[in-house]
Amino acid sequence: MTATLKVPARWGMVIDLDRCNGCQNCSTACQIENNIPPPTPEGAGASRSIRWMDLLPYVEGEYPHVKLRLIPRPCMHCDNPPCIKVCPVGATSKGAEGIIAQVYDRCIGCRYCTTACPYTVRSFNWYPPRWPAGMGQALNPDVSVRPRGVVEKCSFCHHRLQKARDKAAAEKRELRDGDYVPACLETCPTKAISFGDLDDPESEVAQLSRSPRAFRLLEDLGTQPKVFYLREGE
Amino acid sequence: MSSVDTNLDIEPESLGADAALLRPVLRTTWRFWVAAGVLFSFALLGIYAYIFQFRYGLGVTGLNRPVYWGVYITNFVFFIGISHAGTLISAILRIAKAEWRRAITRSAEVITVMVILFGVGSILIDMGRPDRLMNIIKHGRFQSPLLWDVCSVTCYLCGSTLYLFLPLIPDIAILRDRTKGLRHGFYRLLALGWKGTHRQHRVLELLISIMAIIVIPIAVSVHTVVSFVFAMTIQPMWHTAIFGPFFVCGAIFSGIAALILAMAIIRKVYHLENYLKPIHFNYLGMLLLVMTLLWFYFMGCEYLVTFYGSDPTHMAVWWDKVSGPFAPAFWTMVLCCFVVPLTILANRKWRTVAGTVTASCFVVVGMWLERWTIVVPSLSNPRLPGTHAHYFPSWVEWSIFAGETSMFILLYMCFTKLFPIVSIWEIREGREVAVKEVVERVTSYLPSSEAIAEEAVS
Repeated sequence: MTATLKVPARWGMVIDLDRCNGCQNCSTACQIENNIPPPTPEGAGASRSIRWMDLLPYVEGEYPHVKLRLIPRPCMHCDNPPCIKVCPVGATSKGAEGIIAQVYDRCIGCRYCTTACPYTVRSFNWYPPRWPAGMGQALNPDVSVRPRGVVEKCSFCHHRLQKARDKAAAEKRELRDGDYVPACLETCPTKAISFGDLDDPESEVAQLSRSPRAFRLLEDLGTQPKVFYLREGE
Repeated sequence: MSSVDTNLDIEPESLGADAALLRPVLRTTWRFWVAAGVLFSFALLGIYAYIFQFRYGLGVTGLNRPVYWGVYITNFVFFIGISHAGTLISAILRIAKAEWRRAITRSAEVITVMVILFGVGSILIDMGRPDRLMNIIKHGRFQSPLLWDVCSVTCYLCGSTLYLFLPLIPDIAILRDRTKGLRHGFYRLLALGWKGTHRQHRVLELLISIMAIIVIPIAVSVHTVVSFVFAMTIQPMWHTAIFGPFFVCGAIFSGIAALILAMAIIRKVYHLENYLKPIHFNYLGMLLLVMTLLWFYFMGCEYLVTFYGSDPTHMAVWWDKVSGPFAPAFWTMVLCCFVVPLTILANRKWRTVAGTVTASCFVVVGMWLERWTIVVPSLSNPRLPGTHAHYFPSWVEWSIFAGETSMFILLYMCFTKLFPIVSIWEIREGREVAVKEVVERVTSYLPSSEAIAEEAVS
């Protein structure tokens, strides 16, 4: 896959639930990549842990025929996002390439976006960020650390797009499919996650998103998420 | 032991019996200071709790993911609701030429102006970054219902302050003529050179009637827009068109109840039994009864429509309220907002001062619970699994709630020490002018004696 990308792209993700084994590596990689402070006993007990990539437990059937499905859930980066509409200060916005960004320096912490998001994707910083000894020195320099009192969420590792673009420019070439991928994809041991330009008919995500197995979460709400899932086969 | 302000030169003769209305302004008993002291200590507790929260962040509350809103937002809706007592009721009664309004309009209007401050305050207290408040002006976006709130509530605060101030002017002039020293200067400034001339009266009445008309749509818009904060999202049991009128109805409902409580206290502590009479409580009780029925009607519509549609995401919230963890709050609300007030108020024998006050206590508590069962259950039941959590407010949230309520009552008390809480000039106008006017008005409704005579001839 070496086709060059049209600009602007429409970044999207496909998660193959047939391949996902629920190992939560994506969630951990995201935590490290994006400088998310690890949950403290205090915060976890109060249900305040921040996870940009979360695993939703879907329990199906009744005892004794119970099946637990785990569905990885990043931000859906909706094309029609309910969170952006309600923000009183424009602290969240949709970029030209469809990524929903959060401006931490402008956010007033009213938590209207967190209540408006039907996917409960957004997290609030109830506490100032804290890391266990040593970890604080190993932060990712490309991602800003969020202060107490603001809202944050998955950014599709937007900083990696900027880096990939800089690299492509330095090499005097166009951005290629696969140049920009988020941390969760890189870590996934079963290659369940694909990422790329949904508008590029050649790209892997575009093809997978048209698969008969493809669905999106709460599709009937009309939010038009850019994260697709591939249904588990039997 | 009562302390008399020595700066004051009281001339009770010129006011006749109405001098009683000036007494609370000019004389303060020890009971006032005791009550003020108790309220002030609660206010201090609230201030301490807020400073604590400001220092350590919203982590000191009981809020979590997904219940991002709790007591503060409940209070915001509740306080703004109470504020509908004053301006709206007073304006409607004025426009309807309801003569019994004269003694009660001021005490109603003061509630509006004072309590709205705490409605706005609750939103500010709820902010994660109060230091960035100015972003709402610098970067405000009109797409957000919160901005609609900012505009609507600001208009309401300005409009209702003006609407409180205008009918105060003649009374301020009365005080100006009866005080000396610093207080005289204060009243002279506020009286705006009122001399009570015929022209001044005409201008004042015109302005009051203009304001009375303007504040009604503003007041309706305020609680509609407050409901839009919830209704504009697609969250279960929030996203409904009934919320606008339902919130306005609930606001007037809780507002009338608060007004009855305020009037009963004023009547008792300032011995104004001759001005705030059982008939006022009876009439307000009837209004409260109408609002009880209207509230129940909206309630029934909302819950039946949701149940019949049986959308599973809505029904999760529905069952949580009716038989789940929110059932105690929900059924207490039904008891307080419908069963008790209906039983008391539908019975003419019980629509006394004591009866309406009892009903009002229940309604105020019930309406707070109503706001609570709107805000929290919807947030506790997000559509996706895995993010459910229990929310119970922390001591910080309760203390701030207590502090806000105490500060409101304290401000109200201070007002009664600065200005007459029953409008003196409007009572006098009622006695000297309106009685004649009402006779003329009623006469004009009836066929004139000449017309009858002509009819008889033909």
